[in-house]
Amino acid sequence: MRPTRLSRILSAPFRLLVRALIAATTFLLARESRDVGRTGGEGVTSTAMEAGDSVKVAEAEAKAAEARARAAEAHTRAADAQAPGDGQGEAERAVERRPPEDVGAEHPLPEPEACRRILEKMALIRNFEERAGEMYAKAKIGGFLHLSIGEEATIVGTVDAMRDGDYLLSTYREHGQALARGTHPNAVMAELFGREDGCSRGRGGSMHLFDLERRFLGGYGIVGGNLPLAAGVALSCDYEETDDAVVCMFGDGASNQGTFGETMNLVALWNLPIVFLVVNNQFGMGTALERHSAVTDLSQKSAGFGVPGHRCNGMDVLDVHAAVTDALEKARADRQPQLVEAVTYRYRGHSMADPEEYRTKEEVEEWRRRDPIATFRRRLAGDGVLSDQDADRIDEEAAKAVDQAVEFADQSPFPDLASLYDDIYVYGDQVRGWHTVDERSPDVHPGEHEREAPEVSHELAEAGAAYANVGNAQERRRRQRGNGEPDEDEGEGEPGADEREEEGGAD
Amino acid sequence: MPAMRYREALNQALREEMEADERVFIMGEDIGVFQGAFKVTQGLLERFGEKRVRDTPISENTIVGAGIGAAMAGLRPIVELMTINFSLLALDQIVNCAAAIRYMFGGQVKVPMVVRMPQGAGHQLGPTHSHSFEAIYLHVPGLLVAVPTTAADARGLLKAAIRDDNPVIFIEHESLYGQRGEVPENGEPMRFGEAAVRREGDDVTIVGVSRMALTAAKAAEELAAEHEVEAEVIDPRTLRPLDLDTILESVRKTNRAVVVEEGWPHGGVGANLAALIQEQAFDHLDAPVARVTGADVPMPYSKPLEQAAFPHPEHVVQAALSTFRDL
Repeated sequence: MRPTRLSRILSAPFRLLVRALIAATTFLLARESRDVGRTGGEGVTSTAMEAGDSVKVAEAEAKAAEARARAAEAHTRAADAQAPGDGQGEAERAVERRPPEDVGAEHPLPEPEACRRILEKMALIRNFEERAGEMYAKAKIGGFLHLSIGEEATIVGTVDAMRDGDYLLSTYREHGQALARGTHPNAVMAELFGREDGCSRGRGGSMHLFDLERRFLGGYGIVGGNLPLAAGVALSCDYEETDDAVVCMFGDGASNQGTFGETMNLVALWNLPIVFLVVNNQFGMGTALERHSAVTDLSQKSAGFGVPGHRCNGMDVLDVHAAVTDALEKARADRQPQLVEAVTYRYRGHSMADPEEYRTKEEVEEWRRRDPIATFRRRLAGDGVLSDQDADRIDEEAAKAVDQAVEFADQSPFPDLASLYDDIYVYGDQVRGWHTVDERSPDVHPGEHEREAPEVSHELAEAGAAYANVGNAQERRRRQRGNGEPDEDEGEGEPGADEREEEGGAD
Repeated sequence: MPAMRYREALNQALREEMEADERVFIMGEDIGVFQGAFKVTQGLLERFGEKRVRDTPISENTIVGAGIGAAMAGLRPIVELMTINFSLLALDQIVNCAAAIRYMFGGQVKVPMVVRMPQGAGHQLGPTHSHSFEAIYLHVPGLLVAVPTTAADARGLLKAAIRDDNPVIFIEHESLYGQRGEVPENGEPMRFGEAAVRREGDDVTIVGVSRMALTAAKAAEELAAEHEVEAEVIDPRTLRPLDLDTILESVRKTNRAVVVEEGWPHGGVGANLAALIQEQAFDHLDAPVARVTGADVPMPYSKPLEQAAFPHPEHVVQAALSTFRDL
């Protein structure tokens, strides 16, 4: 049956819906299998149990994979049934991404010391991200994890062009930015692990790294949310008449947010010292550039607001470095804000929960052939600056540093539960303690009970933690199953069914 | 004590705090050359210049975000938004950034910023300029929320807000800008979290928020004159932190409570207060906590409809009397 015009129109959104369903199912199943792994692996000390659990994990993973395949197949069948005779889906998807060869220029190598530093940073980021991915699979890291493998030249080229006094703001894909800025890998990994020694004390996680000392003013989880903040930081540089400037990094997807136009206009109007670095990795999550932006040359998008743009090859660290150096100079000296678009690619999915339905393996392979680290290494070796052996040693050092970071993060304690209410407010004349603004319990509020407040907060935190299954999970499980010494607070005998339910529903 | 209008008291607070601290500056739509939509910033541009009194484009989310960024980097910005309805455009920056930044970055940084804006109905501005959203901001941990009613409170609380290191949502009222009131001469900032007892009484406690504190006071006069009921009227002045002690103390004395607000009923300030009162003074209550709220509709334009959509003294009188019904 030939599809009518109407059914073709209807079928396009339906196909999108089906794809979203497949992605959601895969995501949920992937989480499920991780969670099985987590429950099985955590806190178990006996060897026999470990072996048993790893079998269970493997079984669960195999089952999950099978279920995933079945679900995907069923959805595809459903889609085919609804969109008869429509064979255009694949063709639409396989639009060729713009290669960066036509972007940028050749640049002379900087001093050998700088070359080494740049390679070290890129190697550190690559190694760190790969290990982070592994740690996520082992359920050491929760939530979302966005890796920047493939974007190392864009990150390091940008950050290396900045002065120590300059400020950097980034998105939720920002482990590399923090590392390039000098935040210790231990502190970054510990944050990913949700530990007290993390660079945001375990409150922010992967998407919200922060390092005031190095003027890295954060990763932000809202697409386009960091642009106005960056404008404000640039305003403070201007207001205080310092020589500092701001670099604000965001993705191609953020260029469609209202804050993009609003911020461009504001900084141009006020002549603020700021450089916007668009990390054009070709996708806003799973939506390709040409499907989310009417203007695909993103360096053009800010000009109408008064911010000139320039495009560089995001796979070439020297081209990025040159472009950002030039832009910072104009922003700093001439008070002319600038935008730089770095054309790059992320090898991995949007996050670890991304089945990558929206691109082909061949496309990823093609971009991998332009790998920024391999390219830079070849150049260094060819120009006689750094031999392959030297570069290998740099890579080994980076891997070692990341090993140490994992070890450090694993040793670092989870935040003390009594600290749940820390740092919501700055205490002072107006707020004398969190209890003055939190009236959730009759024991908490009235002034005469203030001394009891820390205890109550601890109880609340404990209840939350039992649900989230952090802290001493093994002990808690044992207690709740009732096969240990009955806890005085818990009463005796079997726990209620709802208690077990809660435990089972953790995460 | 000199008497001045609410808007003059705000203007004076801005002036004094800008004189005292170079890092304090103000930005917003039409606050400079135009002198402010409600003339709160009158004369400030002339006195402090364009660096510290900054007219902005109409970009609420970005203006507030820029304020947050400037505060993180060490300045003390005041952002004026033209009405609280417009602040919804900036809700992302207020909730996801201003309120969260200190916490989510492990206490490394603070956001000493004030977002000022008026709310309230009565000027026939229709469904996009007339609402009362204190409950939205009350909901968010990390924010402080002030709702000053008198000229003295407007001045004292604004000074405190500017000096405080937390993000403050400072909610003014369109109908109060012209109200006159006595303002103490010493110019000291007031404390957040200290409610004012506007009228003492033993029979019923009426808590009025923002302009509704005045409506509650009028109702109390009528209750005394017509019904021999002596109401105690409490103006909380700030909703975060909230002076619950003063309210509870009063309820333990009167055994009856009415909460009056201009905003919508569901999830409102009254809903919150009713829950807190019954949790913490249940044994003292002789009747359910009564609520008087704005009508559960977008604010209509037509004058009689608009007047019917927010509380007046007679509504408060009825609610207070209802707490004396035999149960």
